[in-house]
Amino acid sequence: MEFLGFLARRLAWSLLVLVGLSVVIFVIARVVPGDPARMALGPRASAEQVTELQEKLGLNLPLYQQYGRFIGGLAQGELGQSLLTERSVNLDIRTTFPATLELVMATVIIAFLFGVPLGVAAARWKDSWPDNLVRAFAIVAAVMPTFFIALLLQVLAGYVLQILPTTGRLPTGTEFEADITGLLIVDGLLKGQLHVVFEAMRHLLLPALALSLATMGQMARITRASMIDVSRQDYIEAARAFGVPDRVRLFKYQLRPAFVPPLTIMGLEFASLIGGAFVVELIFSWPGMAAYGIRAITQKDLNAIMGVVMVSGLFFVLVNLLIDVLVGLVDPRIRIRGRRA
Amino acid sequence: MSELAALSNSYQNWYRFSRNPTAVIGLVIVVVSILAALLAPHITPYPDHIGAIVDFRNRHQPPSAAHWFGTDNVGRDILTRVIFGLRVSLMLAFVVLIIAVPFGTVLGLLAGYFGGWTEIVIMRLTDIALALPPLIMALAVAAVLEPSLMNAMLAIASLWWTWHTRLVYSMVRQIRALEYVEAAETLGASKTHILFREILPNCVSAIAVKTSLDAGFVILIGASLSFLGLGIQPPTPDLGTMVSDGASFLPDYWWESLLPGTAILFVALGFNLLGDGLRDLFDVEDVR
Repeated sequence: MEFLGFLARRLAWSLLVLVGLSVVIFVIARVVPGDPARMALGPRASAEQVTELQEKLGLNLPLYQQYGRFIGGLAQGELGQSLLTERSVNLDIRTTFPATLELVMATVIIAFLFGVPLGVAAARWKDSWPDNLVRAFAIVAAVMPTFFIALLLQVLAGYVLQILPTTGRLPTGTEFEADITGLLIVDGLLKGQLHVVFEAMRHLLLPALALSLATMGQMARITRASMIDVSRQDYIEAARAFGVPDRVRLFKYQLRPAFVPPLTIMGLEFASLIGGAFVVELIFSWPGMAAYGIRAITQKDLNAIMGVVMVSGLFFVLVNLLIDVLVGLVDPRIRIRGRRA
Repeated sequence: MSELAALSNSYQNWYRFSRNPTAVIGLVIVVVSILAALLAPHITPYPDHIGAIVDFRNRHQPPSAAHWFGTDNVGRDILTRVIFGLRVSLMLAFVVLIIAVPFGTVLGLLAGYFGGWTEIVIMRLTDIALALPPLIMALAVAAVLEPSLMNAMLAIASLWWTWHTRLVYSMVRQIRALEYVEAAETLGASKTHILFREILPNCVSAIAVKTSLDAGFVILIGASLSFLGLGIQPPTPDLGTMVSDGASFLPDYWWESLLPGTAILFVALGFNLLGDGLRDLFDVEDVR
């Protein structure tokens, strides 16, 4: 029961954040540029053309009515039409988002899979060489620009060693329709086409690795700190006194509560992860939402920009909601208290 | 504190700081970078290479005594352009933080001290700003306005304050319950006095740590922005742009992309090590 109340409160806050987000995005796209129609059509368009587009888009209405239309559309999941391609932004995002989702999910999995064990190892051998190595890695990974890592990996693994593909999601000419979830690996498995799954993973490896290094370092750092923190608790001391084997103590009693900070940080990291995906997708010609967003930005396609930023924000909010629930499941104390420590 | 005690205190701090090798390395990197950026026109070997100069006979030269970092695809000295590029990066970090830090700090003070509606409004605002990836926000603003350093700085600053608000807020919540604050309230001190003279000084070291760490990350975002072609416009040298321009000549002319990229890494590393060192010095654990 308490958990449901906690969930309801979190949901309400998330909704509020989304409304706030929509106002910010509306202001950026509709109020800041002055005349979006003139911007979309370029300086050579005639006054009639501009007026026509203004009327079509409702730009001649007062601002609060325009915002009403915008949020009304959003509530129905409608993001409007692209000013340039005349296609629905929804459709564009629906076709490009799964690629980004697959990339980001692979990134998170890699970051956790390596980051948490690295952190545990660093805490276990605190102040000796594994610890120093992990800490050095965490710092360098954090300050290495994502685009730089991506370029280096691409050149090293793709051109010099020639062991991994460096562009796209599948080899050109592969006939495969990812029409179930849009995630190639999942759809390949569902359709039993294992060669597609294999190729998709090969293509995914470099971009996901490039995007994950910074987060991996961060995970290792936080896990280390929180493992050390937990190890000073009385109940761990008690377990030690009772002669509970090291491995059991470490993984069963210490890791579980120590897992909460990395989880919460992961949620906040998501914003920079989505930003990083913009760069990585461009370098690896990954046909995702970020690549679409960059195109929209360079062509000043306002509706598409609003759509991409809104979906990024929505993604962030949903992930953090999910993480709060997960944290509640991992650590019952938080569930009962009803909010994050 | 008497002047003598203050002096001895700062000497002790300096002594402890100087015993921490990584912190000293960080400080050295930061100081050297700032000096190099300030003195760029005087210390660079080819100061005129920051413009749209073309010297095709010298293009794609590998690192040598004449060109320590080699030359780019139109024959300009890369070391010169890297040092001038530092100016852009450091300027970006400086302007973003000089706007975001005081703004975020004041909001954090207000939210933490007054609670109630002030707290709800401010902290929900930070939640909203937190949901926007700074790089994407800067991209969107660059698209709507013109891509320029100024717009990028404003866009990043408009989101960056949230981290400081959250930091100061959580500290004030703990500090305001302390007895000395209560004592000041009982003595009838004004709210401004309590906020800025009693509470703020206890947050300063944490803010300093955070600001130093931030400087590195703001530089990274700025570099990404110009890597995508939406930062400062050519021919002004910019590290991100140089990496992106040089990328098409990888791996043969590796210096054109790798060395500017390493320069970004180097500066960001400096601010990070310095921040870590300050954190150990001031013993503020939970600042990231």
